[in-house]
Amino acid sequence: MIEDPYLGKYVTCVSARSTDKEILKKAQDGGIATTLMVYALEQGIIDGTIVAGEGDKPWQPKPEVAMTREDILKARGTRYSISPQISWLKEATRSFGLDKVGITGVCCQMQAVRKAQLYPINMRDVPGKVAFTVGLFCMENFPYKSMQSIVEDHAAQSLGSVKKMEITKGKFWVYTERGNVATVPLKATHKYEQPGCHVCLDYVSNLADISTGSVGSPDGWSTVFIRTKVGNEIWSKAVAAGLFETKPIEEVKPGLDLLRKLAKEKIDKNQKTVEERKTFGVNKGLRNPYA
Amino acid sequence: MGLLNFVKKTMGGEVKHAQVATEKKVEATKEIKPVTNKIKIGHVHMSGCTGCLVSLADNNLGLIKILDDYADLVYCLTLADVRHIPEMDVALVEGSVCIQDHESVEDIKETRKKSKIVVALGSCASYGNITRFSRGGQHNQPQHESFLPIGDLINVDVYIPGCPPSPELIRNVAVMAYLLLKGNEDQKALAGKYLKPLMDLAKRGTTGCFCDLMNDVINQGLCMGCGTCAASCPVRAITLEFGKPQGERDLCIKCGSCYGACPRSFFNLDVIPEFENINEIIAGALKEGESDD
Repeated sequence: MIEDPYLGKYVTCVSARSTDKEILKKAQDGGIATTLMVYALEQGIIDGTIVAGEGDKPWQPKPEVAMTREDILKARGTRYSISPQISWLKEATRSFGLDKVGITGVCCQMQAVRKAQLYPINMRDVPGKVAFTVGLFCMENFPYKSMQSIVEDHAAQSLGSVKKMEITKGKFWVYTERGNVATVPLKATHKYEQPGCHVCLDYVSNLADISTGSVGSPDGWSTVFIRTKVGNEIWSKAVAAGLFETKPIEEVKPGLDLLRKLAKEKIDKNQKTVEERKTFGVNKGLRNPYA
Repeated sequence: MGLLNFVKKTMGGEVKHAQVATEKKVEATKEIKPVTNKIKIGHVHMSGCTGCLVSLADNNLGLIKILDDYADLVYCLTLADVRHIPEMDVALVEGSVCIQDHESVEDIKETRKKSKIVVALGSCASYGNITRFSRGGQHNQPQHESFLPIGDLINVDVYIPGCPPSPELIRNVAVMAYLLLKGNEDQKALAGKYLKPLMDLAKRGTTGCFCDLMNDVINQGLCMGCGTCAASCPVRAITLEFGKPQGERDLCIKCGSCYGACPRSFFNLDVIPEFENINEIIAGALKEGESDD
């Protein structure tokens, strides 16, 4: 077990890509989260999983309980807006009758799951029924109107025509169906970020069973942290079943150094925000959730 | 009481407290190796619906294990035949206090006097919950109209919010209370860390509402739209509109669950990231096989 102040606890870290061509077609990067959830479902490790599906508006994510491969595949790719995944956590064990729940989500949602397991306040049956969690790397998130402003006002693209969005190499990238590529420097997008993200002290989903994201790996590949016993078992089986191509993280560019740099940037900045909140007013501060 | 004590006396056991597991007392073998290091837990019933007690019982075999190895249920009007509030290590108080009912007021004061740790079990004891809406005027005690959470009458050490509180949280608090009172230094430290946020909730106040999410999470710039509040709401009063909680405030029963469950109300970095170990400790404590059964 490796313990890194910025990357959390993990058993191993690799660079990986799914071998499932259908998943890769619309995956954000290496198709890790989708492939893992489909595998867990087909192996009976989970009965269903909470995913960020398609909302009513273009590129609006909507949390859904997916119980088939088709439903999980609908959630491929990143939608850069808020999807309250945990709102289905208890309902998944009730209306949906799931005994083994999978959850995909970002860092704060992994934190929410673990709090719900250790301090299950009105979360009956949840602690024992969380079977598998896949966490995503996350720098910050955007309210829907923020994303709309970035895409429509700054990048000057119609949301309905967008094929893919991506945040990488210091820019917000918008790819349209007709082949247009527009970018917005992240300097211009910062002000649109969701405020609640600025006290978040996790970049790489430290509390997930397995966490994954693009940073650190080459294009089309994902960096994968295997963190818990549950995660390790599922990952080993999935790799043995030929679901992933893997490379040691030490052998890929840009590798863990970039990941550690970005993690440090986010966490140090947000730690500073948490500190500054203490003296926000005159002899009065804002509330500290970690105190 | 009589039969239970008789069975115990004939088996040479000291008469201490009547226990819940009456069916066990007829098995003489049970007393050969009595577990002596237990803590004493009581359930004090104020004005509540017994849903909290049902939640405690819903731990099923976990409850049996707790009663076998860690705790004696020394007082519980529903399950144990003891009339007067005895000395207790941990008092789990269910329900709010009707201040027009003399006996209830005396009982809650007596509970405080005789207990090391008073736990508000469930939202009525913690925040008043649905009993906040009482206006009295009902047979056969129409004058019983005012109900207060126990924290308005006595000091409370730990809150377990929820309507009903989840069996797992009651179990966790019971195991941690045992570790706190009977464990080694490491176990005491862990239990102290684990219980702290629930003790902080008890210090925070006696009102609970969706408004707490507005006042202390959203207005404070802390909400990140995870949806936990909606999952924890027992009356489905919370929906998420464009990623932020909206409360149907007329539906809110004042249980305070959403605030307690929110990862931005408290998130103790010295405990929650240790989830794997702590889950194993709790599972280990409740494992079958080590008990006499």
